Amino acid sequence: MGGEGAARRDNAALVAWMRRLAGTIREHEAELTGLDAAIGDGDHGANLARGFNKVEQKLEAEAPGTPAALFRLVGMTLIGTVGGASGPLYGTFFLEAGKAAGAEAELDAAALARCLAAGLAGVRMRGKAEAGEKTMVDALTPAIEVLGRGGSLAEASAAARAGAEATAPLIARKGRASYLGERAIGHVDPGAASSALLIGSLAEAG
Amino acid sequence: MKKLINSAENVVAEALAGMAAAHHDLIRVHFEPNYIVRADAPVRGKVGLVSGGGSGHEPMHGGFVGRGMLDAACPGAIFTSPTPDQMREATKAVNGGAGVLHIVKNYTGDVMNFEMAAELAKEEGIEVRQVVIDDDVAVKDSLYTAGRRGVGATVLAEKICGGAAEAGADLEGVAVLCGAVNGAARSMGLALTPCTVPHAGKPSFALAEDEMEFGIGIHGEPGRKRMKIEKADRVAEMLMEPILEDLPFRRGDEVLLFVNGMGATPLIELYIVYRAAQAIAEKHGLTVSRRLVGPFMTSLEMAGVSITLLRLDDQTRKAWDAPVVTPAMRWGA
Repeated sequence: MGGEGAARRDNAALVAWMRRLAGTIREHEAELTGLDAAIGDGDHGANLARGFNKVEQKLEAEAPGTPAALFRLVGMTLIGTVGGASGPLYGTFFLEAGKAAGAEAELDAAALARCLAAGLAGVRMRGKAEAGEKTMVDALTPAIEVLGRGGSLAEASAAARAGAEATAPLIARKGRASYLGERAIGHVDPGAASSALLIGSLAEAG
Repeated sequence: MKKLINSAENVVAEALAGMAAAHHDLIRVHFEPNYIVRADAPVRGKVGLVSGGGSGHEPMHGGFVGRGMLDAACPGAIFTSPTPDQMREATKAVNGGAGVLHIVKNYTGDVMNFEMAAELAKEEGIEVRQVVIDDDVAVKDSLYTAGRRGVGATVLAEKICGGAAEAGADLEGVAVLCGAVNGAARSMGLALTPCTVPHAGKPSFALAEDEMEFGIGIHGEPGRKRMKIEKADRVAEMLMEPILEDLPFRRGDEVLLFVNGMGATPLIELYIVYRAAQAIAEKHGLTVSRRLVGPFMTSLEMAGVSITLLRLDDQTRKAWDAPVVTPAMRWGA
């Protein structure tokens, strides 16, 4: 984490995270699409880029007053623009994070961890997924565990990346990759990879 | 990539505009959110039928909107599920007061988005039922997969449910019928060539000149196994065997045989496969009393074929024969 000053996040800091995330998704669009082409249908990067570009546009046009309102706006925008499975999943992540933010004007480290944990619970509910099934959950779970015990964002980001990498040897049990059986082995799950970018951009935005 | 497009971003919107212009007598297209409704929607007192899915499978689903089939279709980006706001708006637009049935193909994204759409529509007081189609025998249905994909049976269910809804069946009746069609249908497909999603710019997988991909879905996702290409009669056998075993079909059953082209395979080849498939069905003691041959559920310019076998009874045969007036299917009217 970028020192004491970053421990509390107001809306400007959270908007900075969303902008950073949008940029990161664009930078990694081809990589995500490539991962998806290997075990899915090859559109993950393009779909997320479309969604986060729209998030960026919306945030230029309006300034939500609270973290709850901001997360809700992000969630609704993703649900309305991404499609596929990642639209409802990332959308639900931010909607649930927004509910957990309550009426707070700023989120301290514990509140942010709580919001992200609520987001993860939403993803697991919507996707009916557990850890070890080669999904987003495998990157988000270790990162949110790190934050839950007071670890830094840099540690959480490393845990998310490691979690994503660790999906490579797994057989997929959810989504289109599950049709491949053992042919999915050796490929990192694209949803886990984009989830690692989500946590990574939070660490980078400071 | 060699395609007749203007830009990858505008493929879906421009195709929808073209459909609206070409079929203005049958359908209306709403943009942002994108959905297609029959020109006379909502039909008072009739159960509304809504389906949807990624684009790139034309004529499914937009080409099936019209009297006797779907009331609305929600096209997503290419090979990407549409979003809940599209489905909610389409549901509202076709709600004639008798409730709305969502026909959903069993793909993770489609199921999740329709689930959210049903929650939204119910909040607005519209009675919604959903039936998930999962007829693809290529996928092992177990706790360890997303379950069988919805493929060819979707086309048949949309026609049969559309016929029943037009004849006045209520929401419960249409939903039960849809589930029954799904339960009595099995499909299997294969690809000879991959396809290219415009914004990806290159093929979704690679196949050598002498290879085919067996057990594909409809989104350019790889299938169960890759093998050397076989002659048409052998391909028909390879597709029919797992279908016949799975239901199982029994001697004396009356069936509908649907041979579907994946986009690039010409009708002349589909008829060669149809001829072989019908002979196999008859050899097993089945009576093929209805048939459908053509590209109805495609995967862009993929070459390949799928076969769907549906066991018919009096109710489903009657609803199949009922008049239909849509851009892609038209008879009896």
